[in-house]
Amino acid sequence: MSMAAEPNELRDDVLNGLQLSTQLERVWRTPSGLFGALMSVDHKVVGRRYIVTAFAFLLLGGVLAILMRVQLAGPEKTFLSADKYNQIFTMHGSTMMFLFAVPVMEAFAVYLVPLMVGTRNIAFPRLNAFSYWMFLFGGCFLWISFLFNVGPDVGWFAYVPLSNLQFTPTKRADVWAQMITFTEVAALAVSVEIVVTVFKLRAPGMTLDRIPLFVWAMLVTSFLVMFAMPSIMVASTSLILDRLVNTRFYDPSSGGHPLLWQHLFWFFGHPEVYIIFIPGTGMVSAILATFARRPVIGYPVIILSLIATGFLSFGLWVHHMFVTGLPQLGAGLFTASSMLIAVPSGLQIFCWLATLWDGRPVYRTPLLFVIGFIVIFVLGGLSGVMVASVPIDTQVHDTYFVVAHFHYVLIGGAVFPLLGAVYYWLPKITGRMLSERLGRWNFWLAFVGFNIAFFPMHILGLIGMPRRVYTYTAEMDWAHLNLLSSGGALLFALSFALLLVNVIYSLRKGELAGDNPWSASTLEWATTSPPPPQGFDRIPVVKHRDPLWADGESLPVVAGLSVERREVLLTSLAEAEPQIREASPEPSIWPLLTAVATTVFFIGSIFTPWAVLWGTPPMAVTLIGWFWPTGSKEDEE
Amino acid sequence: MRQTIVRSVAELPTYGYGPRSGPWWGAMGFMALEGMGFAIAIGAYLYLYAVNPNWPIGALPPDLWPGTTETAVYLLSIIPNEITNRAAHRQDLAKVRAGLVVMALIGIALLVLRGFEFAHLNTRWDNSAYGSIVWLILGLHTTHLATDVGDTVVLAVLMFTRHAKPRRFSDVTDNVFYWNFVVLAWLPLYVLLDWVPRL
Repeated sequence: MSMAAEPNELRDDVLNGLQLSTQLERVWRTPSGLFGALMSVDHKVVGRRYIVTAFAFLLLGGVLAILMRVQLAGPEKTFLSADKYNQIFTMHGSTMMFLFAVPVMEAFAVYLVPLMVGTRNIAFPRLNAFSYWMFLFGGCFLWISFLFNVGPDVGWFAYVPLSNLQFTPTKRADVWAQMITFTEVAALAVSVEIVVTVFKLRAPGMTLDRIPLFVWAMLVTSFLVMFAMPSIMVASTSLILDRLVNTRFYDPSSGGHPLLWQHLFWFFGHPEVYIIFIPGTGMVSAILATFARRPVIGYPVIILSLIATGFLSFGLWVHHMFVTGLPQLGAGLFTASSMLIAVPSGLQIFCWLATLWDGRPVYRTPLLFVIGFIVIFVLGGLSGVMVASVPIDTQVHDTYFVVAHFHYVLIGGAVFPLLGAVYYWLPKITGRMLSERLGRWNFWLAFVGFNIAFFPMHILGLIGMPRRVYTYTAEMDWAHLNLLSSGGALLFALSFALLLVNVIYSLRKGELAGDNPWSASTLEWATTSPPPPQGFDRIPVVKHRDPLWADGESLPVVAGLSVERREVLLTSLAEAEPQIREASPEPSIWPLLTAVATTVFFIGSIFTPWAVLWGTPPMAVTLIGWFWPTGSKEDEE
Repeated sequence: MRQTIVRSVAELPTYGYGPRSGPWWGAMGFMALEGMGFAIAIGAYLYLYAVNPNWPIGALPPDLWPGTTETAVYLLSIIPNEITNRAAHRQDLAKVRAGLVVMALIGIALLVLRGFEFAHLNTRWDNSAYGSIVWLILGLHTTHLATDVGDTVVLAVLMFTRHAKPRRFSDVTDNVFYWNFVVLAWLPLYVLLDWVPRL
C-alpha cells in the first residue's frame, strides 16, 4: 500500500480559519455557468435539486387530487370524463408514490446524511448526479405523456389483465411501466450511496451506537429499497415484454398467471409503504430530541424497532391480496404478520411520548407537525390493524375505507414529519428561517383540512362507496360526505400554498439562521447555514451520541487531509477508526450524458425491441467516458 | 464553531483493498440488489412451475451441453480470476495485464457459449409462460455477464495505458470480486434452468 504522502502537498493542518475555508471552497465548489451546474456532483446541490423537483411533483399530484375532489363533490358531475378521471387517479397515485414520496425522502437523505455523519460528500457522487437526472427524466416522461393524452389509466398498481395489450392497446401502460424503471434505477443508486456513506464515511469516533437516528432510519430504508425494488423491476420488465414481444407471463391461456403480477407488485409495494414511513420516523426522532431538549428515550429500542419493521415489512405483502382466494392458512399467517408489525411502530410511539413527557418541550412549528403526525398516524395504524383482519378486509376492500386508511398512514406517517422537517432543516439549507406565524397557520390548516378531507372517507367506504369511480348517483346518499371531504381537501391544499408563500418569504426576507438556530445536537448544525461546498473545514471527531450538546463551544476535529484536491476520510464499519484518505470525484458531465443515453434506451424500448441493440452502444460509450481517468492528480496515484 | 485538532490522519494511505475501500462496498451493495433480482426471478419461475400441471410447457427441457460446458468454464475461471486478484494485491503490473486479458477472453468465450445456450433452450419466449421465464432469467444473467466482460475489457485496456497507476489495482480487485458474483449467481440458475424441467 503506497503512502503517497507527497512532501509538498498542502494539508489542512497548516492552514487555518478563512484561509482554510477559502482554499477548500475553491477545490470543492461546483463550476460556474450552466455547463458547470450540469456537471455538479456536490451532494448539497444535487440534494437541493432533488428536493425541489420532488416538491414540484407534489404540487402536480396535488392539483390532480383537487381535480378529483371537484369531480366527486356532488353526484353525477361532468367536470371530468370517465377516461380523464382514470388517467388522473392513476397519475395522482403514481406521481405521489414514485415521484414524490420516495424521492423526497431520499432527497433529504442525499442532502443531510453526509453532513450528519460529518463528511464532505456522499459516496459515489457521480452516481448521485446520475440518479437525479434519471429521476427527473422519468418524471418528465410520465408527465409529458400525460399531456399528450398517453397518461397511464390502469391504477398505480397496474393490475393485469387490465394492463395487458388486450385491454390497454395504447402505450399508456408502457409509459407507467417504464416510469417505474426510471425511478427505481434512481432510488436503487441513492440507496447504495447512502449505505456506503453510512458504512464508510462516518466521522472518526461515530461508532454504530452514536449514529443519529435519522441516519439509522435512512440506512434501514436504503436496505429496504435494495431488497424490494428489484421485484418491481422484474414486474415492470415482464409487463413490457408481454406487451411488446408477446411473452406469456400474464397470459393464462399459455401457462401465465395474473396473480404472479400481484405477488411481484406487492412484494415491492408493501415494503414501499415502509420505505416512505421509516424516513418519516427518523425525521420525527431528530425533531423531537431538539424540541424536547433531551435525547430521545430508548435509542436502542428505536433502532431495533426500525430494523424489525424492515424485516417484517417483507412478510406482509399478501394482505393486499386477501380477496384473491388464498388458502386459509396463508390468509391467517399474513393477518398475524400484519398485526405483528404494529408492535415495533407502537414501541417507537411510546419512546417519543416518553421523550416529550420527560423533556421540556418547546412548541415550535416542527414540533407541532410531529404531534400532528403522532395523532394522524396512530389513527391510520388503528384502521390498518382493522384491515389486517380478513373478514373486515373482505368487506371494505376497494372501498373508500382503504383510501382513508392509506392516506392517514402515508400523509400522517410521512408528509407531516416531512413538513416538520422542512421547517426544521430549511434554515440549514437556505440560511434563513421560515416565519413561525405562517408556520402555525400552515400546521393548523393542514391538520384540520386533512382530517376533514379524509375522515369522512372511512364512513363513505363503510357505507359502500368503491374507490376509483368517477361519479355516483344521488340516491346513493354519498353526496354530503363527499362535499365535506372536498371542502377539507381545499383547506389542505391551501396549507401547501401557505407553505410556498412562507418559503418564498423566507428566501427573500427570512431572519438569518446562523449555524445552529435550534441549539440542536447533531453534526449538520456544526457548520454554516448554508454549508460551504466542502461541508466542514475539518472533519469532526465524535465522542458522544449528541456531539454538539456534549462538546460545548469547541468541536474536536482531525487534520491532515489535502486542501489541494478533493479528499474524504474513510473509517472502519463498526468503530469508525480512520483508515484511508480517499479521493472524491471531480465534477463531470458524463453522468448527465449517461442518463440521456439511458433515457433514449428506456423510451425507445417501449416502442421496439431493437432499441436494446442500438441503445446499448451510446450507454457503453458514456459509461466509459464516466469511468476513464482524466489524468487529474487524484486519478494518478 | 471553534475547532480543536485532536488527531492527525496525514499518514493514512490514499487507497485500500476490500472492505477498507469504498468501491468494494459499492460493489457489495449492487451485488446484494442484483442478487435480489435473481432471487425474485427464481421465485417467479417456481411460482409458474407450481401453478402449471405440466412443466416444461409444450417443450422439451433445454439441451444440457451448453449450460453444462458453461458451468465448467465458470468454475475453472475462478482460478485465473484469483491469480489476477493476487497479482493486483502485489501490484504486479505484467501479471495483472495478462490476467485481465485471459479473463476478458474467457468472458467472450462464455458469451459465445451463451448464444448456443439460447439456441438450445428448445423453446421461444413467446411459446408459453415457461419459455418467457426461461428467456427472462437467462437474459438477466447474460446482462450481468456482458456488463462484466465489458468492464474487464475496458480495465484491461486501461492497464496498458499511462493510467495504470497503483490505485487502479484496487479497481482490478473489485472487478475480480464482481466476477465471482457472476459465477456464483450462475450456479443456482444452471440447476433451475437445466435440471428442474427434468424433475
